[in-house]
Parts: sequence; structure tokens; C-alpha cells
Amino acid sequence: MSASQFLTIFISAVFIYNVILSRFLGLCSFVAISKETKPALSMSLAVMFVTTMSSIITWFIYRFLLIPFDLTYLRTISFILVIATFVQFVEMVVRKTNPAMYRLFGIYLPLITVNCAVMGVAVLNSDMFFINGRALPGSFWYSAFQGVCAGLGYALAMLLMSGIRERLDLCNIPESLKDFPLAFIIASIMSLSFLGFNGFKF
Amino acid sequence: MKKFFNEFLRGIAKENPTFVLVLGLCPTLAVSVSVINGIGMGIAATFVLLGSNIIVAVIKNSIPQRIRIPCYIVVIATFVTVTEMLMKAYSPALDRSLGIYVPLIVVNCMVLGRAEAYASKNTVMNSFFDGLGMGVGFTLALILISGIREALGAGTILGHRLFASFEPAFILGMPSGALLVIGLLLGFFNVLKGRKA
Repeated sequence: MSASQFLTIFISAVFIYNVILSRFLGLCSFVAISKETKPALSMSLAVMFVTTMSSIITWFIYRFLLIPFDLTYLRTISFILVIATFVQFVEMVVRKTNPAMYRLFGIYLPLITVNCAVMGVAVLNSDMFFINGRALPGSFWYSAFQGVCAGLGYALAMLLMSGIRERLDLCNIPESLKDFPLAFIIASIMSLSFLGFNGFKF
Repeated sequence: MKKFFNEFLRGIAKENPTFVLVLGLCPTLAVSVSVINGIGMGIAATFVLLGSNIIVAVIKNSIPQRIRIPCYIVVIATFVTVTEMLMKAYSPALDRSLGIYVPLIVVNCMVLGRAEAYASKNTVMNSFFDGLGMGVGFTLALILISGIREALGAGTILGHRLFASFEPAFILGMPSGALLVIGLLLGFFNVLKGRKA
């Protein structure tokens, strides 16, 4: 476990392999909710929270349940169930205890259950930080940190996109490209510019 | 029989999951680098969709309304696990090139969407044909996208060289190329729709 490893995870999860622009995880919500900045920010906060927590939870499941009992083939089914339950639980807690926060991002929580970004990061963690059924030293911190960074990458792409789309409201766009098609073309150009980070390797 | 055929056709054209409903795009874009990947992902998703549609239609009356989504997710995840294991056993190369996108079929909005919107309200036979139509529509969309990307981005189709002298546009094989192709295709289908109306 070293600082440079964390730096590598940060750069690669936020810039080089950005969850949305390079791995295409969470694309549905990215296109659907990025029309304005405010909901985009709330959604990003919610995703960041859930990716971090689910990275931590699934690490425990994988390390202490699936590996010792040789059940790694149940990874998909156990991860999705745990994530869905966790998200549901958080939604209930937030709704009961903090209405202001619920209005800010709680309504996006149910959407996140089937957000590929959350499940994708959990699966990636178990692929990257466990080799031949053994946890790498420090894998817990790496997994948690990768969860945070994936959330940051999501937020970065989401905020850039919503900023651009807000300005597009005032532009004269061909009828057939409105909404989805143009959003994808913009995302394509963003992804192209993120390619520049590729040289950024350690 | 005609009714079933209509169910089947609906998924291919009028409600194509990729181009009309715009569902399940993550795997579509990520794996469409080559046609063979596209076909593999299409078949895997079709299998999951068929299985989950049938099971959900069979047990729809015994699922309590309030926890139906977790129930659907368990059914879907089971079929995804079966697919994963079959793929690992019979075509490890394809499994490696599809990578994490095989387990991610479980969060594909298309599969859950069909369970919730269709299979939970319709008979088993109807759901079967709906799943088949949606799956085939998804596969055709994948073949179209990956065909464009492979032909222009690598100059090949299914690994065969297309042109004698052609400098492939490398960018189409990259993530940004996938987003560009789907954006332009969606725009193109909108033009077609506008002309018909």
C-alpha cells in the first residue's frame, strides 16, 4: 500500500478510465439527468455516496463470504442484492431523518439501484484487487478509494455535460438531433478530449 | 399465431430497445468494437431476457406488489450467473473480451424494464415472444453499431479485410467513436421517423 498506488487509482478512475466517458457505466442516468446543473449535482452526490459505500460492503462480502466458502460464482447475484438492499435502506433512513437532504438527492436513490456504475465498480474492484482468490495487501483501502474516485469521475463528467447542455437551450439545433442524439455527440467529443489524459501514466 | 408474430416484430422495429426506447446502452457501446463481440453480447442478453421474461410471467401472481423489483432482480441475476458460467466454460475467449460487461447484464435497464413493463402483466407465451423480439432487436442494433465501428475503425468485418487499401479511422474503435456512432444513428432514425410522419 503506497501513496503512488492511490495516485494511480485516482488518475485512472477519474480521468483515463472515466466511468462514463470511457467505460460507459451509468450512461442512462448521464443522458437522462444532465439537462440542468442542479439535479445533475444531486445525482452525482448520490452516486458518489453509493459507489463508495457499495465498494466497501461488497469488499467484505467478497473477502469474508464468497472466497472462504468458494462461492465466487455467486458474485453477481450477491452484489446486486446487497447493493439494492443497501440503497433501499439508505433511502428510508434519509426520508425519515432528513427531509431536506431527501429532497436534494433522496429521490435519485431508487434510480441508482440499477445504475451500472455502482455494480460496475464493485465488479471491477473484485477483479482488480483480488488475484487468484486472494486479496492483495491493502485491497480494502484500494477498493474504497476506487469507489470514491469512480464517483468523482461520474460527478466531473455529469457537471461538464450539464453545463454544456444548459447553454444549448439557447441554440438553434436541428430537430432530429434534439435531446439524446446531440447528448451522445457531445459526450463523444468530451470522451475524445479525455483521451488526452492517456499519456498521464505512472 | 399472428398475434405472437406481432409481439415479436414490435421489439425489432417499433420499440427497438436501443434506438427507440434508448435502454441498456452501457453494454451496447462498450462491447461494440467488433461484430463478434456484438453478436456474443446480443445472444447473452437475449438469453437472459427470455429466461427472466418467462419466469416473471409464470410467478407474477405470487410476487407481493411491494417487493416485486427485488424479486425480478433475483430472477435476472440467476440467469446472468448461468450465462456467465456457460460463457466461461464454452467460449473463454469471448468471456475475456466482454469482461465485466457480462455480469453487468444484471443492471441492464432493458431486462428489468421488460420484466416490469411487460412480463408482469402478460401471459407466458406473450412474454416469451416479447423477450425474443426485444432480444433480437437488441442483437440487430448491436450488429449494426459494431459493424459500422469495425468496418470503419479497423477495416474488417468479423476479422475479414474489407478493402485492399484503406486507412482505418482508428477513433471509431475508441470509446468516443462509440458515442459518436450511436448519436448519429439516433439522429438518423429521428430523420426517418420525421419523414414518415
